[in-house]
Amino acid sequence: MKILVLIGNVPDTTTKIKFNADQTGIDTAGVQWIINPWDEFALTRAMELKEAYAGAISSVVVANVGSSQTEPTLRKALAVGADKAIRIDAEAKDAFFVATQLAQIAGEYELILAGIEASDYNGSAVGGMLAELLDRSSVSAVTGLDLKDDKLLVTREIDGGNQHLLCTTPLLAIVQKGIAKEVRIPAMRGIMMARTKPLEVIAPVESSYATSIQKLELPPTKAACKMVAEDNVKELVRLLKEEAKVL
Amino acid sequence: MSILIYTENWDGKFKKVSFELASYAAALAEQTGKQAIAVSLGEVENSELEKLGQYGIGKIVTAQDKRFATLDNKAITKAIAAAAKQVQAEVIILSHDNLGKAIAPRLAIRCNAGLVTAVTGLPESLNPFIVHKNVFTGKAIAHIKIEKEVKVLTLAYNSFGLNEKHSSVEITSFDPDLTDSDFSMEVLDTTKVTGKVLLNEADIVVSGGRGMKSADNWYLIEELAEELGAATACSRPVSDEGWRPHDEHVGQTGKIISPNLYFAFGISGAIQHLGGVSSSKVIVAVNKDPEAPIFEAADYGITGDALKVLPELIQAVKDTKNQ
Ligand SMILES: Cc1cc2nc3c(=O)[nH]c(=O)nc-3n(C[C@H](O)[C@H](O)[C@H](O)COP(=O)(O)OP(=O)(O)OC[C@H]3O[C@@H](n4cnc5c(N)ncnc54)[C@H](O)[C@@H]3O)c2cc1C
Repeated sequence: MKILVLIGNVPDTTTKIKFNADQTGIDTAGVQWIINPWDEFALTRAMELKEAYAGAISSVVVANVGSSQTEPTLRKALAVGADKAIRIDAEAKDAFFVATQLAQIAGEYELILAGIEASDYNGSAVGGMLAELLDRSSVSAVTGLDLKDDKLLVTREIDGGNQHLLCTTPLLAIVQKGIAKEVRIPAMRGIMMARTKPLEVIAPVESSYATSIQKLELPPTKAACKMVAEDNVKELVRLLKEEAKVL
Repeated sequence: MSILIYTENWDGKFKKVSFELASYAAALAEQTGKQAIAVSLGEVENSELEKLGQYGIGKIVTAQDKRFATLDNKAITKAIAAAAKQVQAEVIILSHDNLGKAIAPRLAIRCNAGLVTAVTGLPESLNPFIVHKNVFTGKAIAHIKIEKEVKVLTLAYNSFGLNEKHSSVEITSFDPDLTDSDFSMEVLDTTKVTGKVLLNEADIVVSGGRGMKSADNWYLIEELAEELGAATACSRPVSDEGWRPHDEHVGQTGKIISPNLYFAFGISGAIQHLGGVSSSKVIVAVNKDPEAPIFEAADYGITGDALKVLPELIQAVKDTKNQ
């Protein structure tokens, strides 16, 4: 079985967001880029599975749609342990565009892992779109993934509970936290090895986009926090009841 | 042309999110001059379906097929797409919950539609169709234009609220034309959280961070939650430590919630935590460090020991109830 892990390249989660001149994107000057946190969980789980079932899983490949600027992020994924990286050389315009690009390479992988969200535009869209484009089954909000004979044992969160499923391949699993305990940080050896691993660059296919950002703005600023003395908890309850009217 | 919502049922019952969706669709229908229609999949009794009429839904198309209970993403997508075609839906709206998030992107592809997830309100304009959503985990708001004829949206939790608007409902069934091969997953078992207020749906959430010191102190969080009819939540390190289950973790990499009232006990207010809670209507923080960043996001705060404040707060809430 070959596993494909989709890798988003996103600003570090502590980045202070500044907008570009026409306010349709962010000013990327000085931004540190990371693997999208959920994709990092997915990659970690893929590596764990490959180690546990060396005979059954032949390779873990990572893929990203982006310009050459995303290569350090892909190298990091290789350093974590992926065997090969694929970059489809195009600006990621929107989820639809990204999914149609990935569809050209993804079909041959029996298992595709995507993150439940990307921490930049919080779309929760690429994984599901890709599954539909490939006309394959998908499971989402996955918190556990294991092999069971020639099938996959999946744990997913449903709204108000959890479910264990037995799924056949090909499958696209959209994963969230819980799937892997600690994300893997590349070790020195991994970083050295990553330099010589293949990073294939592929030309994009003709595609369009379905959405466009007209404007970005900052959320409204909050009024100053009203402080209540530690020994006056009753006053807090009164404020929540009478002023904020939320109790 | 119509506005179509997908109303999920759990064991034949709708949850609050479905009524919020109905309220949203009714308002959008009014704005656009179209009809608000719901599609329901699986076994739901008419008396339950009719409840959607209290929130402005005029028509319901239903496929009473038990097989939907496995929540097969592919099958549900096909079925909603079939309903959308039948009622010529122009806008299709789902909840931004686990199921909605799983289905909406598939549906967008199937219906050749443009997708925006977790929208926070009615469109800013209809032509062009522009909606708002939070991006960069709450650090910015994006105005997004959908370039396609058909639109698929998911609605962020608690962003619209409930609006009663009585309407008589016409219930018709439709055939989504599915075969057994469309349902490919085998459900081994399902555990449902019972007797607890669900985090995503709660009006009030009581949350604790590492400042709660240990799992043994969580009875205080639980007792306050119980008094308030609230759900419980936690920061990421708390679930990483195993003090609380992962599904209680809120923040950037956990759940994103927007209750009316969020209590943060012993939570520093890291940017990744705030990403998941900053759209709460009112935030109360209790932290012994007056410089903790949580106070910048909070509306009300107490500088103090959470372990001392909690018992007093529980008592104060009890007292007001008894008044
Ligand atoms: C990629 C990434 C994603 C992340 N995603 C998330 C996420 O989704 N959610 C999340 O929560 N975090 C997330 N984090 C972690 C985040 O950066 C913080 O480390 C975390 O939120 C801190 O949790 P905390 O506030 O419980 O603990 P701490 O930062 O340790 O803060 C504890 C607080 O409790 C206070 N305190 C101590 N004792 C008491 C007492 N007796 N009474 C009152 N106050 C007391 C302290 O003053 C302090 O402010 C993420 C980090 C990264 C790098």
